[in-house]
Amino acid sequence: MTKLVQAVIQPHRLDDVKSALEAAGVRGLTVSESSGYGRQRGHTEVYRGAEYTVDLVPKVKIDVLVADEDAAGVVEVVVKAAQTGKIGDGKVWVVPVEDVVRVRTGEHGSDAL
Amino acid sequence: MEFTLDSGNTAFMILAASLVLLMTPALAFFYGGMVRGKSVLNMMMMSFGALGLVGLIWILYGYSATFGDGNYLGFFGNPFEYFGLQGATDDESLMAATGVPFLVAAGYQATFAIITVALISGAVADRMKFSAWMVFAGVWATFVYIPMAHMVWGGGHLSGDGAIASALSTPIDFAGGTVVHINAGAAGLALALLLGKRKGFGREPMRPHNLPFVMLGAALLWFGWFGFNAGSEFAADATAGRAWINTTVATGVAMLAWLATEKARDGHATSLGAASGIVAGLVAITPAAAAVDTWGAIVIGAVAGVLCALAVGLKYRFGYDDSLDVVGVHLVGGLVGTVLIGLFATDQNATWYPEGALNGLFYGGGVTQLLSQTVVALVAVVFSFLATYVIGSIAKATIGIRASEDVEVGGIDLAVHGESAYETLGGGRVVTEVK
Repeated sequence: MTKLVQAVIQPHRLDDVKSALEAAGVRGLTVSESSGYGRQRGHTEVYRGAEYTVDLVPKVKIDVLVADEDAAGVVEVVVKAAQTGKIGDGKVWVVPVEDVVRVRTGEHGSDAL
Repeated sequence: MEFTLDSGNTAFMILAASLVLLMTPALAFFYGGMVRGKSVLNMMMMSFGALGLVGLIWILYGYSATFGDGNYLGFFGNPFEYFGLQGATDDESLMAATGVPFLVAAGYQATFAIITVALISGAVADRMKFSAWMVFAGVWATFVYIPMAHMVWGGGHLSGDGAIASALSTPIDFAGGTVVHINAGAAGLALALLLGKRKGFGREPMRPHNLPFVMLGAALLWFGWFGFNAGSEFAADATAGRAWINTTVATGVAMLAWLATEKARDGHATSLGAASGIVAGLVAITPAAAAVDTWGAIVIGAVAGVLCALAVGLKYRFGYDDSLDVVGVHLVGGLVGTVLIGLFATDQNATWYPEGALNGLFYGGGVTQLLSQTVVALVAVVFSFLATYVIGSIAKATIGIRASEDVEVGGIDLAVHGESAYETLGGGRVVTEVK
């Protein structure tokens, strides 16, 4: 079976996380720019004296499909590579996946990973 | 007067006219970067629209109605004398004294009319019907810009032949503090009041969507402004150099002053502040460009930088949506420059000095020039505001000036121009049949 490891991390940690995942044998991932907030909350910007509170801060979201038995290890790799120790480092979670299909070949399940 | 061509001055004036023309597309970038991404094209199109329409009007009858013979009510010259800029001889050139031909002089003046109309568009961002803007632009150029330029430069009420000059002293407006900046600023205020606030003004964030555009625009405006100020000498001489130096130093100081003001108040020296300070300084030094010496230019720049940085906050206090601060920058900056001439005007150090003008208060001329400058500035504010308010009210009652709420919420670019500035995912598919 397959698991989906999802992570929301600081944008500037992306390169390190990607390298660490490659080193750990992960063969593919999807990255999207996103925004959100957790304990970090937002920040203030000032334009010609008009103050704006920006609640949503830029984040990067990573999706990695892995085999069941690899999920825990991949989570560890992401956490280690993304961590700076400051508020706003993000979250990593794992969800079960019912099926995966490789579009090019039509393979299903773990063959498609 | 016998006309003798001066090819040096003529080359300089053709170049200066081209520089001033560049200011209008520069303004499109300056304003365009400051609005949200969904209305940047409309913002830029208001400037481009003015380029086309006001250029045409100027060449057809605008120049003639400003500088033509006669003095109808003190507001207009004869609009038919030079209709289409045909048939004039070079000894009738505004710049005949410096050996610049009629057509070059008329062309140079066209660029001023264009940029003045375009400046107003900053007050109406995101919410004015484009058709109404174009109608307004033509009517305003005809009934506000032309009379103002005639009054100040064409021998009307505010010139050396007018009432202020005979009662006090000749008001000094070297390159257009009253005609261009006070005029556009007061008009922007009137139009912003008539249009009403943008939906969500003061509640929803309306941050500038592209600050590099704003800085690019400010840089190009500064460059073009050398044509505006140094070119207003109508000759390539030391006084043009004086205008160039003052335009550089006042602008630099105004930028520093704006940055210092916002650093003290908000804690950050911002790029938008730098771009805004540049324009505030350029505006303020415009009427004074060749009328003050280096020290006067530095003080005018500093005062403009601080006052304009503070003035852009007034719209939130008084609740009018002058979206991109035409009032805070052009009206306030124009007033600073026009009035401070009364303190710093001097006839020394390669400055320009119209007949009947006096030195400023700090240069031994007493208070007369200060009074003259203050009166001319106030008259310009009142005339422009009232005339614009009347024109805007008529447009509002007849053709309507405000875009619908749906248009405003969804973005005026898409609704009015059928375009979007930036590509997004799912950019559509082609429906035009390809043969």
